[in-house]
Amino acid sequence: MTAGRRMELVCPAGTPATLRAAVAAGADAVYCGFSDDTNARNFPGLNFSPQEMAEGVRFAHDHGSKVLVAINTFARAGDTDPWRKAADTAVACGADAVIAADIAVLDHMAQNHPKTRLHLSVQAAAATPEAIGFYTEAFAVRRVVLPRVLSVQEIAALNRAIAVETEAFVFGGLCVMMEGRCHLSSYATGRSPNLNGVCSPPEAVSYEEGGDATTARLSGFTIDRYEPGMPAGYPTLCKGQFKAGGKTGYLFEDPVSLNAGTMIVALKEAGITALKIEGRQRGKGYVSEVVRAFRRAVDAAEQGRDPVEIEGILASLSEGGRQTTGAYRKTWR
Amino acid sequence: MSIALTLGPTFFHWPPDRLRDFYYRIADEAPVERVHVGEVVCGKRMPFSDPVWPEVIERLERGGKEVVLSTLAMPALSRERRAVEEFCADGHLVEINDVTALPARAGGPFVAGPFLNVYNEATAQFLIRRGASTICPPVELPLATIGAIAAACPDTEFEVFAFGRLPLALSGRCYHARLHGLHKDSCQFTCEQDPDGLVVETLNDQAFLAMNGVQTLSAQVQAVLFSPADLDAQRIRRLRLSPHTCDMVAVARIYRALLAGDLAPVEALARLGDLDLPGTLVDGYTRGAAGSQPVACL
Repeated sequence: MTAGRRMELVCPAGTPATLRAAVAAGADAVYCGFSDDTNARNFPGLNFSPQEMAEGVRFAHDHGSKVLVAINTFARAGDTDPWRKAADTAVACGADAVIAADIAVLDHMAQNHPKTRLHLSVQAAAATPEAIGFYTEAFAVRRVVLPRVLSVQEIAALNRAIAVETEAFVFGGLCVMMEGRCHLSSYATGRSPNLNGVCSPPEAVSYEEGGDATTARLSGFTIDRYEPGMPAGYPTLCKGQFKAGGKTGYLFEDPVSLNAGTMIVALKEAGITALKIEGRQRGKGYVSEVVRAFRRAVDAAEQGRDPVEIEGILASLSEGGRQTTGAYRKTWR
Repeated sequence: MSIALTLGPTFFHWPPDRLRDFYYRIADEAPVERVHVGEVVCGKRMPFSDPVWPEVIERLERGGKEVVLSTLAMPALSRERRAVEEFCADGHLVEINDVTALPARAGGPFVAGPFLNVYNEATAQFLIRRGASTICPPVELPLATIGAIAAACPDTEFEVFAFGRLPLALSGRCYHARLHGLHKDSCQFTCEQDPDGLVVETLNDQAFLAMNGVQTLSAQVQAVLFSPADLDAQRIRRLRLSPHTCDMVAVARIYRALLAGDLAPVEALARLGDLDLPGTLVDGYTRGAAGSQPVACL
C-alpha cells in the first residue's frame, strides 16, 4: 500500500557507539534493546541502559534518524513487570517505536502508550492478512516485520491485502524456522529465543580438537565437524550437519547468511516500507560498513538505477561467508 | 479435581485408511475424553485426509468422545486460510494453532494449541477474553510456569503436552522434499514414508531430531509422568497424548491408570518403555532443563 514512498533503512545497534556509527553511515532508523532478557539479543556486554537509550535517541534525532526499541521476547509468567517497565522506559526515552511480539507487551503498549508507534516483531511470525489484521485491530500495530519464509511474490500479494506497513530483512543472520516458534535451542541447551532471548547460546558451545577434525558441539550434541585447515564456524543448531535417511549434510540449512541486496527493487515493488539489517550482536566496524553499502544501494534503487550497479555496490559485502537470498526468490517452493 | 486425557492431532502424513482405522479404534477402546482431528502441519496433505474426517468424527462422538477440530499451524495459501476459516465457523470446538484463526473464531470458544505463544498470564487472559477455554502452552514451558499462569486464570483448563515426539519448529521449507532433492510444490509426499517422522542423527550417530515435512520434532519421546497430586498442585486439568504408530490405546490406558493412582510414575515409565516407541523417554522441559534430558521426575 505504500509503494512509491522512499524505503526506510533500519539498522542494528548493540551499543551506543554502534548506534552513532549506524546513524553516521546513513541509517534512517536504528533498532536496539535494553540490557536484559526483554530483547532477543540478550548477550553479555551488549545493549543499552535506560540512560544510554535516552542519549541514543537524542543523538539519532539530532541527526535526523529514528530509534526503534526492541522488547521482543515473551514476558515471564508471574514476573511480567520487567517487560512492562521496559516498554514504559522506551516511551520515556522518546523512542520512535516499540517492536514487540508478545501479546502481553502489545496489549500493555496499546492500553498505556497509544501514541507511540507499535511495530510487530518478526518473532510474532505474522504471515497472513488475517493474522496481521488481528494485530492491527487489537493493538493498532503500524508496521509488521515479515517472517523470513515468504517469497517476494507472496509479500506482494500480502501487501495488497493489508493496510499496514511491512518491513523485510535484507542482510545478516537467517532463521530457516518460523521465528518465535522454534524450540530447537531449548531442546538441546535449555535456553531459547522465546524464553531467554538467545539461540544456541555461547555457554553451551564446545569445540574438540581431534586428529582428523574439529568437532563443534552444543550441550554435548555434535552440530558440525571441520576438516583440518577449514575454519570452524559457530554451531547454530539449524545450520549444522546431520544424518537422515542415509544422507549426511546440512539437512535444514547450509551455514549461510542472508543477502537480499539484489532484491531491493523487487521488495520495493512488492510494497515493502522498510529494509532491515540483522546483527545487533555485531561490532561497530561491521555495522558501519554494511550500513554504508546498503545506504548507497537503497539510494541507487530509489533513483531507478541499474540493478547491476546496485549489485556492484554490495559486492564488497559478500567476501567471507556464503550467502543466500533466502526464501525471497521462491527457491524454497 | 480429576484430570482428563486428550488425544492431540496427528502430526504425520498417514494414508486415509490408516487414519480411519486408528481413530475407529480410539473411538471404541481408548480411555480418553477428548480427541483432536484435522491436519495441523501441512496444508498440502489436506485433500487426502479431509474426506476421512466426517466419518471419524461421527464414530468418535458415538464412542462418547468430545471432538476438537485442530487448525493449521502455518496457513499460507488462500486455500489453507479458507480451510482455517471454515473450521472456525463449525459448531465443534476448534483448536487454534496460529493467530490467523483468531478473527474467524470471533469470540467463540477455542483451545489455544501449543503452537500459539502463550508464555504468561497476561497473554493467557487476553486469549481467554476472546474465547480460549483450554490452553495447551508451548512445549518448552516448565510445569511450574504453566502452574503460575493457571493460578492467574482459575476458570480455564490448562493442558500439558504429556506424550509423544515434541513439536519443536516449523519452517517455510519442507525438509523431506529437501532431503529427497525435490521442490516443496512437487514434493511427491515423501513424508508419508515416515509415519513417526524421520530420525535426524548427529554425525556421531546420536538420535537428536525428527523431520516431518515442514515440521521438526524431537527424536526422543516426551513422557510427563507425575502423580495426580503433583499435576493438581500445578492446576493441570488435562494431559495431551500425541498420536504415534505405537499402541496408543495402551498409552492411554497407562496414563489413565497413572491419573487414577493405580500406577506409580515409575511403573508407568516401565510400562511405556515396553511399548514399541520411536525414541527414548524425556521430560527435561517440565523442570526447566533442556527438553532432551531423560525422564527424571519420579
